[in-house]
Amino acid sequence: MLNGSISYWRNQLTTGAITPTELVEEISRSIEAHNPAVNAYISWDKESALAAAAKADLSLPLGGIPIAIKDNICIQGAPTRCASRILDNFRSPYDATAITRLRAAGAIPFGRANMDEFAMGSFGKNSAYGATDNPAAPGHVPGGSSSGSAAAVAGGMAIAALGSDTGGSIRQPASHCGIVGMKPTYGRVSRYGLVAFASSLDQIGPLTQNVEDAALLLNALCGHDEKDSTSSTEPTTDFTAGLGQSIKGARIGLPKEYLSEGNDPAVTAALQTAVQKLTELGAEIVEISLPHAEAVVAAYYIIACAEASSNLSRFDGIRYGHRAEGTNGLDDLYSRSRAEGFGPEVKRRIILGTYVLSSGFYDAYYAKAQKVRALVAQDFAAAFEQVDFILGPVAPTPAPALEGADMTPLQIYLADIYTIPANLAGLPGISVPCPQAEGARPVGVQLLGRHFAEVDLLRVASALEGALS
Amino acid sequence: MEQPQIDVAYIAKLAKLDLTVEETERFSADLNQVLGYVAQLEQWDTTDVPPMYHPLPVFDAVREDVPGTSLSNEAAVANAPAAEDGQFRVPKVVESAH
Repeated sequence: MLNGSISYWRNQLTTGAITPTELVEEISRSIEAHNPAVNAYISWDKESALAAAAKADLSLPLGGIPIAIKDNICIQGAPTRCASRILDNFRSPYDATAITRLRAAGAIPFGRANMDEFAMGSFGKNSAYGATDNPAAPGHVPGGSSSGSAAAVAGGMAIAALGSDTGGSIRQPASHCGIVGMKPTYGRVSRYGLVAFASSLDQIGPLTQNVEDAALLLNALCGHDEKDSTSSTEPTTDFTAGLGQSIKGARIGLPKEYLSEGNDPAVTAALQTAVQKLTELGAEIVEISLPHAEAVVAAYYIIACAEASSNLSRFDGIRYGHRAEGTNGLDDLYSRSRAEGFGPEVKRRIILGTYVLSSGFYDAYYAKAQKVRALVAQDFAAAFEQVDFILGPVAPTPAPALEGADMTPLQIYLADIYTIPANLAGLPGISVPCPQAEGARPVGVQLLGRHFAEVDLLRVASALEGALS
Repeated sequence: MEQPQIDVAYIAKLAKLDLTVEETERFSADLNQVLGYVAQLEQWDTTDVPPMYHPLPVFDAVREDVPGTSLSNEAAVANAPAAEDGQFRVPKVVESAH
């Protein structure tokens, strides 16, 4: 079991206590020991990590630090399967910009983290390569869709990991696994080379052992990229700048709609603890209202599935991916290749997305959802006139059991209610673990900030983390 | 909104997905439940609300029109399930004239 944050291992590397090669070996040993039980990784390429370690430049900010990468972020020459059978044989011909930037900062991409297929799922169970266990609560789901990224970090098989967050897929597994997960502002991190699920919602971000590591990874990841026309030209700064600074006088909103009686008592208790600690730190807690909070799940699943049905049309059995055998003509080749390659949840969402975009239903569903999305964004704009940050739960419950009562798709979707808003509005959000009694499942709390206010958000998150620990 | 029963078999055809009878039945039940839930969007007044297609306004996001490096032909077809002479192999799509 590997312990220690990025700063810890950077210190070990720069003082010569360990070499980059030894660190890769150590992580490999941990993966070999624990992955068979946890299934956090679909694949890992020790040889290429060792080759990169041999050339590691320790003068760089992340020099010699291996980072686990969700299986939907392209690494040149490596399998990039999105945990789908349809991409079983796919090897990416190029690096995602996030990978290029990690390498430029000295980091070593190492290991393809398991996930829900095409990032569609909340439990990590929709992987064609098997479900992932939760190292912080064995026998329970690690959350999803960045299930393997969270489990690798929580299980001592990675120092830190990259995930992607379309409706909570970084923050929710971080909460379920007792680690930190951050979704930056939409546009902060280039989506070039992130296999698209819902392009207006997707964002890459870090899953880490602490808030400082999240800031360190943002320093490497953020910045404009001409290969992603939606990536922001907003200047980037040192994202660690606010760490350790006072939060006295910070105004933190607590939406009354988030204090639902449907929340698990452990979630309510975590929120109360966070309120108390933030108050002790000198922040002012203000009750606010997000009037359209109830509408977000409906709007999100229409928009996300519509975009997914369009994005996943590229998997046609022609240019890459699985091709069915013995087909009769082009249409049959498409339909059977896709039927054989995609798993049930991906098919379900493609059908829903195609339906809401289809003639006769477009206005009632898709156009309506986009208007409600605008109302949700307006709620946040109004709230941020009153407060600087918003505090809330990450998920209504701690991680459910791996082998539990079957939930309907709708029941699973409804649990995304607290994470979806940040994606609809493009806001940055971070999940911070709230310590639990020995043996209890992890629970995190979520902080949201204004667009591009990551430095401030990380300042509050690190102050809260310090007060909670 | 009158709750329509989704015709999964027809939509699957549009989406080019060859579903089994069992999948068609299961998805019909699942998605009718989801559509019943999302019908609540009706209750929100969106008169004069412009649709929001994107979280942040991005304009004129074009790069300089300068040729850059591209994938080699070999790399571009390397993942194809069937390729020949640097090209993708596809089933015949043009019928021969009779």
